[in-house]
Amino acid sequence: METTSTTDGAAVILTDVHMAFDERPVLRGLSCRFPRGKISVVLGGSGAGKTTILRVIGGLVRHQKGQVVVAGEDISKLSDRQMNEMRRKLGMMFQGGALLDSFTIFDNLALPLREHTGMTEPQIADEVHKQLAAVGLANVDKLLPGQLSGGMIKRAALARAIITKPEILMCDEPFSGLDPISVKRIEALLRRINRGLGITMLVSSHHIPSTLRLADQVVLLHHDHTVTGTPDELRNSSDVRVAEFLNEEVDESRLDDDKFASLDPERAPQARPLR
Amino acid sequence: MIVNAITRLGANVNRFVDELGRISVFGGKTTTAVVTPPIRFGRFLDETFNLGVLSLEIICVSGLAVGMVLGLQGYNTLVRFGAEESLGAVVGLSLIRELGPVFTALLTTGRAGSATTAEIGTMVATEQLDGLRMMSIDPIHLIVAPKTLAMIAVMPLLSALFIVFGLGGGYIVGVWVMGLDGGTYISSLENAVVFVDDVLGSLLKALIFGVLVGLIATYRGYTSTPTSVGVSRATTSTVVVASVTVLIFDYFITALWGV
Repeated sequence: METTSTTDGAAVILTDVHMAFDERPVLRGLSCRFPRGKISVVLGGSGAGKTTILRVIGGLVRHQKGQVVVAGEDISKLSDRQMNEMRRKLGMMFQGGALLDSFTIFDNLALPLREHTGMTEPQIADEVHKQLAAVGLANVDKLLPGQLSGGMIKRAALARAIITKPEILMCDEPFSGLDPISVKRIEALLRRINRGLGITMLVSSHHIPSTLRLADQVVLLHHDHTVTGTPDELRNSSDVRVAEFLNEEVDESRLDDDKFASLDPERAPQARPLR
Repeated sequence: MIVNAITRLGANVNRFVDELGRISVFGGKTTTAVVTPPIRFGRFLDETFNLGVLSLEIICVSGLAVGMVLGLQGYNTLVRFGAEESLGAVVGLSLIRELGPVFTALLTTGRAGSATTAEIGTMVATEQLDGLRMMSIDPIHLIVAPKTLAMIAVMPLLSALFIVFGLGGGYIVGVWVMGLDGGTYISSLENAVVFVDDVLGSLLKALIFGVLVGLIATYRGYTSTPTSVGVSRATTSTVVVASVTVLIFDYFITALWGV
């Protein structure tokens, strides 16, 4: 396993990374660094490649060109078996939770502990309950993921991702599909985990307000360009592309009125009352 | 025109060989996972329940119905030659050597094989398998291997059950409906069936069908496109491919081994 020592305090370094699905390029020569112990948010619109970056770092997809150094190791040259070992240093919270839907919440959290530690069942139960309490979930042991709300699933997924105390935690769109209160709650949890456990965090998001509140560093992917900086640096940036993304608003004049006629109660055909 | 046809044929052959190679590699990984610790006995039992116990009703009812039809058709044919006392042998040998394993494999493909593909396909679509990989857990070890092994284990048992209910169905029609002597039916069956050749051969056939159905069902789910249409196509493909494969293998097993 090749070890790269010149990481200069970065937990993850991407250098000239190219990634394409079939003929469709998603990452074109991306280079960026994610500092150790900090919260880095990859910000960008839909299809910008945010999730792909996390999947490349996790080795779930293999990039075609470039170098990806994770926790000091160049993962480009790792075999599947070595990559599997490397993933013990990583945790990932997927957008949809990715909890095993035939396992109870308790078993979902207990699974990595049963697989990778020599803990006894009472110790595992203690740890699972501790993590569930930490994310504000109680009395959900016997429930299946399908019985939880979207926000609760995200919190359970977060608890599962950190239960083995990974060096690097990746969160894919942790705020998507949540109400404002749940967004704030997830934000607070991520901040507490980062500060409390010192875990390096890589978060992909298109949610601008949360990103600006949460991030120590932002990597903005916008129209094939990458801009990196702190939230304040991005807010005060004179780069028009950054301003364009951060202040993007729907230009109503560009919407075709006729296409929305059916939404106008006065112009839409009236429904006939039931007899 | 001819060049196009040859090109298409070549492409299809290429695709077939490619797919055969992939499923062989997948089968190799599954076999390795089965024999690599930790042995997942609990998961195996869960899957045995899902694939086997939950298939009991359909197997028993179908076995009884097939046995009754076989009894009726067999009696009506044999009576023309004055050989109705051989009904037990006809029903028994047909069920044990052929209909039991084949019907069981087809029914299990429809019920448990399609469910296996749909379940694994949904896990692919909802990133559950990626979630396992990110926890350094091999999805083939945790999910695929116990399902395949359970399918292999339950197929001979379900086939045996199908045969027993089929023999019962034949007895009901032959003895209770057509008035054949019960002792004649049983003794004809006993005299005709050879335990090693017929019964063990039948169980071996069912075991091979279990390997085929288990492998195809898990492979189709594992490689399905992560969309609802992809899962649906994979499920349909499992039923079609596994059924045809079972029938083709049935011919070759019968022709080559005489089972």
